[in-house]
Amino acid sequence: MKRTPTDMPPVAATHVRENDPRWVRATLIAITVLFLGIFLALPLASIFTEALRKGIGVYLASFRQPDAYAAIRLTLLVSAIAVPLNVVFGLAAAWAIARFRFCGRNVLLTLIDLPFAVSPVISGLIYVLLFGLHGWLGPWLNEHDLQVIFAVPGIVLATLFVTFPFVARELIPLMEEQGSEEELAARVLGASGWQIFWRITLPNVRWGLLYGVILCNARAMGEFGAVSVVSGHIRGLTNTVPLHVEILYNEYNFVAAFAVASLLALLALVTLGLKTAVEWKVRRDRAESAASREGSTP
Amino acid sequence: MWHIGRTNSPLPGFRLTLGYSVLYLSLIVLLPLAALLAKASAASWSEFWRIALDPRAVASYRLTLGAALAGALINAVFGFVVAWTLVRYSFPGRRLLDAIVDLPFAMPTAISGIALTAIYARTGWIGQWLEPLGIPVAFTPLGITIALTFIGLPFVVRTLQPPLQELEVELEQAAASLGASRWQTFCRVLLPTLLPPLLTGFALAFARALGEYGSVVFISGNMPMKTEITSLLIIVKLEQYDYTGAAVIATVMLGASFAILLGINGLQWWFNQRHRAGA
Amino acid sequence: MKNRSLTKGLAALAAATTVSISSAAQLLNVSYDPTRELYAAYNSAFAKHWLATTGEKVTILQSHGGSGKQARAVIDGLGADIVTLALAGDIDAIAEKSQLLPKEWQARLPNNSTPYTSTIVFVVRKGNPKGIKDWHDLTKPGMAVITPNPKTSGGARWNYLAAWGYVLKQELGDLTKLHDAAKAEEVAQAQTKARAFLTALFHNVPVLDSGARGSTTTFVQRGLGDVLLAWENEAFLVIKEFGADKFELVAPSVSILAEPPVALVDKVADKHGTRKLAEAYLQYLYSPEAQEIAARNFYRPRLDAVAKKFEAAFPKLTLFTIDEVFGGWAKTQATHFADKGIFDQIYTPTAK
Repeated sequence: MKRTPTDMPPVAATHVRENDPRWVRATLIAITVLFLGIFLALPLASIFTEALRKGIGVYLASFRQPDAYAAIRLTLLVSAIAVPLNVVFGLAAAWAIARFRFCGRNVLLTLIDLPFAVSPVISGLIYVLLFGLHGWLGPWLNEHDLQVIFAVPGIVLATLFVTFPFVARELIPLMEEQGSEEELAARVLGASGWQIFWRITLPNVRWGLLYGVILCNARAMGEFGAVSVVSGHIRGLTNTVPLHVEILYNEYNFVAAFAVASLLALLALVTLGLKTAVEWKVRRDRAESAASREGSTP
Repeated sequence: MWHIGRTNSPLPGFRLTLGYSVLYLSLIVLLPLAALLAKASAASWSEFWRIALDPRAVASYRLTLGAALAGALINAVFGFVVAWTLVRYSFPGRRLLDAIVDLPFAMPTAISGIALTAIYARTGWIGQWLEPLGIPVAFTPLGITIALTFIGLPFVVRTLQPPLQELEVELEQAAASLGASRWQTFCRVLLPTLLPPLLTGFALAFARALGEYGSVVFISGNMPMKTEITSLLIIVKLEQYDYTGAAVIATVMLGASFAILLGINGLQWWFNQRHRAGA
Repeated sequence: MKNRSLTKGLAALAAATTVSISSAAQLLNVSYDPTRELYAAYNSAFAKHWLATTGEKVTILQSHGGSGKQARAVIDGLGADIVTLALAGDIDAIAEKSQLLPKEWQARLPNNSTPYTSTIVFVVRKGNPKGIKDWHDLTKPGMAVITPNPKTSGGARWNYLAAWGYVLKQELGDLTKLHDAAKAEEVAQAQTKARAFLTALFHNVPVLDSGARGSTTTFVQRGLGDVLLAWENEAFLVIKEFGADKFELVAPSVSILAEPPVALVDKVADKHGTRKLAEAYLQYLYSPEAQEIAARNFYRPRLDAVAKKFEAAFPKLTLFTIDEVFGGWAKTQATHFADKGIFDQIYTPTAK
């Protein structure tokens, strides 16, 4: 039995079954619309309403401040470092875990998941305990004039921690499901490890990988709690976009706060749009490969 | 130590990838966590338990656990309905609804928190209707539950959709032809198949909610003993320069998260075994 | 490919590390929440002054947040050349826990190192519907009082101490009795009353935000509470930002002289080579120009001439100092706000 990996919603059901009684259908649809409307659409709408309260001119002016600009640049830099590092890790971990059985595999899986359930406050705290002036490495760093926390490296590390599981978690079930027949065949034909990876594994998982990258990136750009602990909040220097939103909010500049927040909400929407596109592509690829397989083996 | 007992797969790269994964995991996750445990162990055994079982800490665990559990339960019930509706019925706007289910994943938590507070405060869109009815939401445990429901929402829906999709129509039809009512079919045939993924989704939403901070602090009210979640208590301890206390509470939370995740992975493993055996 | 992108990442990390500690003519002022507007104005004035007198350009970086949180960040290694916090206790903590500045830092600048002062007042909704006039109105049943958490907010500690001092003043009439051994019994009774008063007051607090700005937002934006206990400068700012048609300032009969101090962080400034600049920055806070900036941002100036000029702008009330009533910050912190201190004791029983 073929299973779609988790998190990959099969939107366009191949066969939508509507054999439930009309009233059941109507009730369930009503509940769904209401529930998602109240919990998801309303918060989203409120952000844009608040942001546009004083008109589009004020809205756009919020982005022209140098501090907003610096925050956006820092956020882009942080995710540009954190996402590729986690992609490399995700690929390595998925290869080791999905292709081999070994002792401690389940513990490794759980450890990979751990950052996902750890409170962001703790994620920040651990780096303070490690790199703070009174932490394990702090005195040494201080002597060598290296600043880790309250500077960009600390923000990158906290972001790495928080987004750690995303790519790996996406790839592991996907690669397990796909099985290693193709790779084994290539091995028998004499392909090297790198060749197998570049020609077979990577093309096979590319959409799942992209999906993981998209989620990882969204989280990297949006992380608040952990980054807030290690940032130091220096204006124009160590404030990421979510922190800048908080600052504006605390300056009673609600319109600008929601305007910058709407940027992140827009990012979320673009993320969701990309994700839907990726899913659509995956399904089409699947359908095609299924069709061609059926065609070749009558 | 790490005992590597690889199986007989002829694929290359095991040592390289596992080595790199473990190294990276150790640097980014394990080393910092070790610093936390070391800090917590600065307290003696009795000191550790005195801090961990302080009434205020216990009240915060109870609140965090309770609200996370309530949020996860709401998500289990409504997430089931949502997943069912999105997979089985076609209606205008279905695709759109399906796409925004992931919003809580993608939206920065602090922004969700500000937006939720704005909606549920007494001046907000929903708060202004609930407050006169004597149901204050913002700054009460109810508000915390709502925030935790929000962030856990995608988990149940997304873990249920694939198995719902796969359910064999034949199975239902067979049950119906044998004279089972729809309700019986649902309870006897569908529910047992859907229960494991539902549990997984529930546990994931629960684990995520336990650690949530950003979206909760804005709406929670932060009253010690009443609406103070454990993550906030850690911050409060830190602000008083009580690093050891913060590390102790953090260790307790970390232990809880680890146990729950281990449980989820065990559950999934068990489910996969059964699944394979059945297939 | 793996190794290459790892090196690339590490290189970027290294580059970022060095960027954040460069250039001498740069100061980092780590401050608390309500001083944003003040230092935004002061920094540009000082930069102009410095350019005019020395010909050097200077960039001043700001970091704002809850006072305790900021102090902790400095202790953990945030490279502040200057700290301007809400209370002496937080700078004491930096001196004590990290030895970045000497313990006697407060004696280094005039007026206890506080170039401007403030006090604690009430903000009520327009028309003062609950008729709040003085501290004793706050403990009436059904009154909702908004204040941040004294454990995490400097401003909230001043709120708490102002209320405590008010009761002592009511009970004793003359605060010098506190230091008179012969009046010990009378003082003890007054302290018990103060404790009961604070218990009743905090019984009326529905939300404890972690910082002063959070409380203001709760009161103003969320519409919660009948009265907000706030810094005087915050109260004026609220009325300026949100409209005198919505909020009013009520000055109690007695309040505390809140002294938010400033200090040079010696070891950091020496490491950055910014000591001279940082010292000049702090000195200039006492100049007439800076005092006027402070007054325009609703802080009470120290300089008599400027104080006189802005006299009409500030409400008149009797102010007592923390030294005369509580015997300094170290003692206050230990008795009232430490773990299991009086605040914890009066607060915990209301739970359940």
